[in-house]
Amino acid sequence: MFGLKTDWSLDIPSRYFILDDYLGNEARWCPGCGDHAVLTAVQRICRDEQLPPEQTVVVSGIGCSSRFPHYMATYGFHSLHGRALPVACGVKSRRPDLKVFVATGDGDCCSIGAGHWLHAIRYNMDMVVMMFDNNIYGLTKKQTSPTSKPGLATNTHPRGSWLPALNPTAATLGFTNVSFMAQTVDWMPAHLHAVLQAAYRHRGLSFVRIAQRCPQYTSKVFEEYVNNPDKVLVLEHQNGIKLDPSLDRFYKTRMTHDPADIVQATAIAHREDVLPIGLFFWDPSRPCYDDFTQLGMDMTPEDKIRALNEEMDRFAV
Amino acid sequence: MSQHTDPGGSQASPATARTVSEHIVEIVSDSGQGAQKCGQSFSAISAKMGNGVWTVEIIPAEIKPPARSRAGASGIRIRIGDRDITNMGDEADLVVALNEQVLYGRLEQGAYRKGTILLLESKWATDPDPIVRKAYADAVAQFRDMGMDVRELAMEAACLGITPNPQLGLNMFVLGMLCEIYQRDIELAREQIRFTFRKKAVKVVEMNLRLLDAGQSFAQQHLTERYVVPRWGNDKPLLVMNGNEAMGLGVMCAGMEMISMYPITPATSASHYLAEVFHQVGGCVHQAEDEIAAIGFAIGSSYAGKTACTITSGPGLALKTEFIGLAVMAEIPLVIGLVQRGGPSTGLPTKVEQGDLLATLYGAPGDAPKIVIAPATIEETCHFMVTARKLAEAFRGPVFVLTDTNLATGVQPFPRPNVQVEWLAPPVDQSPWKDGVMPYDWDPETGLSPRPIPGQAGGEYILTGLAHTNRSFVAYDPASNQYACEMRSRKLAALQRTLRPPTVYGDESGELLLVGWGSTLGSINEAVDRARALGKKVSALHIRFLSPLEPGIKAIFERYEQVVTVEINYSDSINAPLLPGEPRRYAQLATVLRAHTLMDVDCFSNVYGQPLRPGQVYDEILRRLSPQEA
Repeated sequence: MFGLKTDWSLDIPSRYFILDDYLGNEARWCPGCGDHAVLTAVQRICRDEQLPPEQTVVVSGIGCSSRFPHYMATYGFHSLHGRALPVACGVKSRRPDLKVFVATGDGDCCSIGAGHWLHAIRYNMDMVVMMFDNNIYGLTKKQTSPTSKPGLATNTHPRGSWLPALNPTAATLGFTNVSFMAQTVDWMPAHLHAVLQAAYRHRGLSFVRIAQRCPQYTSKVFEEYVNNPDKVLVLEHQNGIKLDPSLDRFYKTRMTHDPADIVQATAIAHREDVLPIGLFFWDPSRPCYDDFTQLGMDMTPEDKIRALNEEMDRFAV
Repeated sequence: MSQHTDPGGSQASPATARTVSEHIVEIVSDSGQGAQKCGQSFSAISAKMGNGVWTVEIIPAEIKPPARSRAGASGIRIRIGDRDITNMGDEADLVVALNEQVLYGRLEQGAYRKGTILLLESKWATDPDPIVRKAYADAVAQFRDMGMDVRELAMEAACLGITPNPQLGLNMFVLGMLCEIYQRDIELAREQIRFTFRKKAVKVVEMNLRLLDAGQSFAQQHLTERYVVPRWGNDKPLLVMNGNEAMGLGVMCAGMEMISMYPITPATSASHYLAEVFHQVGGCVHQAEDEIAAIGFAIGSSYAGKTACTITSGPGLALKTEFIGLAVMAEIPLVIGLVQRGGPSTGLPTKVEQGDLLATLYGAPGDAPKIVIAPATIEETCHFMVTARKLAEAFRGPVFVLTDTNLATGVQPFPRPNVQVEWLAPPVDQSPWKDGVMPYDWDPETGLSPRPIPGQAGGEYILTGLAHTNRSFVAYDPASNQYACEMRSRKLAALQRTLRPPTVYGDESGELLLVGWGSTLGSINEAVDRARALGKKVSALHIRFLSPLEPGIKAIFERYEQVVTVEINYSDSINAPLLPGEPRRYAQLATVLRAHTLMDVDCFSNVYGQPLRPGQVYDEILRRLSPQEA
C-alpha cells in the first residue's frame, strides 16, 4: 500500500482504517471467554476489508455473546432475545450498501429464536451470522441450552440435562436455500479468522457456528478437543477454508471435503467422534432475498407520485 | 301492502317513483354467488350518480360454508343517500335474497324491520326435496308474520335462457333489477360491467350485459316500487375504496417503502392490496415467518433509515408487544396499522371491536409512552398513515394507527388525495454526523433528539433495549433510568402542545355529551342529529389522538351534565349482579378519560361484534335524557 511507486499518491484511499477504528467500549466478558477471540477476529476482518465503520452494522440478540456490538465502534443494534435475525434482515432489506454482521448464541438462535433461524437461512440475505455455541445460558447464569450435552448439570437440570443435544450444524444444512455453513472454534485464532473472512466474502447468508468456551460454566465441554488436537477434524478443499500453515504441526486429522457436497457435509456434521471444523457447504448460486426486497429503490418522488395518481384512477368515480 | 308477484305473470302496474333521502339495500346469498360484486357495482354506480354511499360486506367466517346454511350468509349492504353517508345505518329497506336460509343470520343481527321489502328467489318452493320445500314455506310464513314485505320471484329461471349457470350469473341480473328500482343510469351500469369483467373474454362481458338488461326488464314487469335518491351535489373528484385499501394507499402516499406483515384477519387485505400495487411505487411487501419477525424486520428497516410499517390485528399485537417496547425504548420510528377485531384471544376474527385501545396504550412492560391515533373515516385512514410516518420520524418512536373491521371493510367515496412531494419520505440522510452530538441528544424540554442513521460517518452508536444514557451506553444507575424515562415521556407532552382541542359536534354545552373514537363517528353524529331534531340537548365529541390525548378535553366535559363514551368494547352493565359498586369495569376510552379528567365519565358499550348503528345510539340518548320516551 505504501510502496515505492512514484505515483503512490494515487493509491492512497481517502480514508484508511486501522484496528483502532473498530474498537468500541472495553469488552466486559469474563477473562478467558471465547468471545474475546471472535471480537478480535471480526475487528481484524473489518480492517483487512477496509469496511467504513459507518457502513457496518452489527446486530445481536440477547445473551453474553450478544453484547458483541457494544465492543465495536461501528453501528450496532443490540435487540431482543432471539430476534437478531429478523432485525438484521430488515436492516439489509432496503440498504444493500450496509455490511451486516449478526452475533447470536445457542440459546438465542437455536431456542427462543429458532423459527427465525430457519427462515433467515431461507431468505439468504447478504450477512455474516456468527452463532457462539457455548452449550449453556451464561448471562442468566447456567441454564440448560438446546446444545447442552445430556448429563450436563445446570441450574435448571441439576441432575443433568435429559435430552440429546441439538445439532445446529446438521440442522442448518437441512434448511432450504442454505448457501454457506462453516464451523470453527474460539481457540484457533487463525482458523477462526480464515472462516470469518470467507464468510464475509460470500454473498448470501453465511452461517458460522463457533464452538466457544465459557470459562465460568462450561469450561470443560470442549476440553477434549482443546487438549487433543487429533480429535479436531480439519476439512480441506481448494474451495474450502485456506489454512494457515502454522496449524499444520498440531492439527493432523484432516479430511478432503468438497463444500458443494451437501450429503457428505451432513454426514460430517453428524460425526460425534471428532469436532469437524471448516467449510461444510458453500453454494454461491443460491437466490438472495435482498435482490427482491431492494427492487424499486431507484424511483424518484416524481415517479412515485405519477404511479400513485395512475393507481388512484382505478378507484376514481 | 304485501303484494305477490306471479313469477310468470303479467306486466306489473306502471311504476311511480318515490323520492327518498336514503335507502338501505342488502343482497344476501350463499358464498360464491357474487353478491358482493353486484353490490360493489351498485355502490360505484350510485357514487357516480352523486349519492353519498356506505357499503359493507357480509362475510361468513368460513371460506366455503355449506349451501343454504344460516351462518353462511355472504352478501353486502349498500346505504345510499342524498348526503354524505358515514355508516351502515339501521335496518335495511330492501333485501334481495337468493335463498331463505341465509336471512336467518341477518335477522339475528337485527338487519331487517317491519315493512322491509324482501325480493326472494322462489325456486325453492318447487324443489324436489320436500325438506327444502318445507323450510322455504316455513320461512316465507315467518318473514310475513314479522311484517316483512315478501315478494317471491323466479329470478333464476329468468336467467336460464341467457346463461347456462344462472347460479353464477344471477348477480348481474340482480344489478339490473336494482338499477330499475333505483332508476340508475343503465349506461353507467354497462360501463361498470365492462370494467368488472375487463380481464375476461368478450363473450363473458356480453353475457353479463344481457343479464343486466334481463334484470332490468324483469323488474319492469314484476315490481312497481321505484325510488329516487337525489344527488348529494358533491362534484369533487372522489375515490371509492374500503378502509384497508385506504390504509394501503396511505402507506404509499406517505412514501414508505417497506411493509412487513404476517397474515391475520381482518388486517391482511390491506397487505393484499399493497402486494398487488406497491411495486408500482417502488415498495416491497415482506411476508415474514411470524408476527414477531414481521415487526422485527420493519424495525430493522426503520433503524437503517427507511421507516417501515407493519399491519396487524389483536393476536398479532400481543405477539409484537416486546418489539414495540424496544421501539419505544430505543426510539425507532415505526408505523403500526392495527385493524381491531373481537378479542380476547382468537375471539371474533371477522367481527368488529374497539378492544385494543388499552393494549396499545399500556400493553408493554414498564413505561412505554407512544403515539396512538385513530382515524374516524375511510378518508382519514389514508391521511393518518401519512401523518403517522411523519410523527414516527419527528418524535422518534412507534405510532399506532387504530382502525377496526368496520372501517376496514366499509366502502365510502372520499375526496381524491392530492399527493404532494412533501408527503413522501425524504431521502435517507447520509451526511456526516455533527461532531459532539450524542445519539440521544435529548432536548430537556421536549425530549426530542436527532437520530443517527447507519451510513452517517461519526454517528456510530450501539442501539440497545437496555436502559441507556444519551450516548446510548448501557446504564443501570438510578439517575440515568429516571432521566431517560422522563425524556421519552416528554415527547408526548411536546406533541400534545401542538394539538388543537377537539371540536364539539352540536352545542358547546348541554345535558349530554357523547364521546367516541374511531369508526363510530358517523353513527354517533347521525344519532345526535336525530335527537337534536327532537330538541334533545345532546352533543358529540370524537377523539382522534388517543395518546397523547387532545388538549382541553376536561374543559369541554365540564360544560355538560353527563358525559358518556360510546364504544364497541366491553364494559360491565350498571345492572349486573354484584353491581353497582366499586368493581364496575368501564369501557376502554371511558377508563382512560376517567383517569385523565378525574370526572365521572360513564360509558355505553357492547361486544356484539357488529358495527355500531345510529339507532342504538339514539335509543341510548333517549334512555338518558327522556326515559319515558325510550
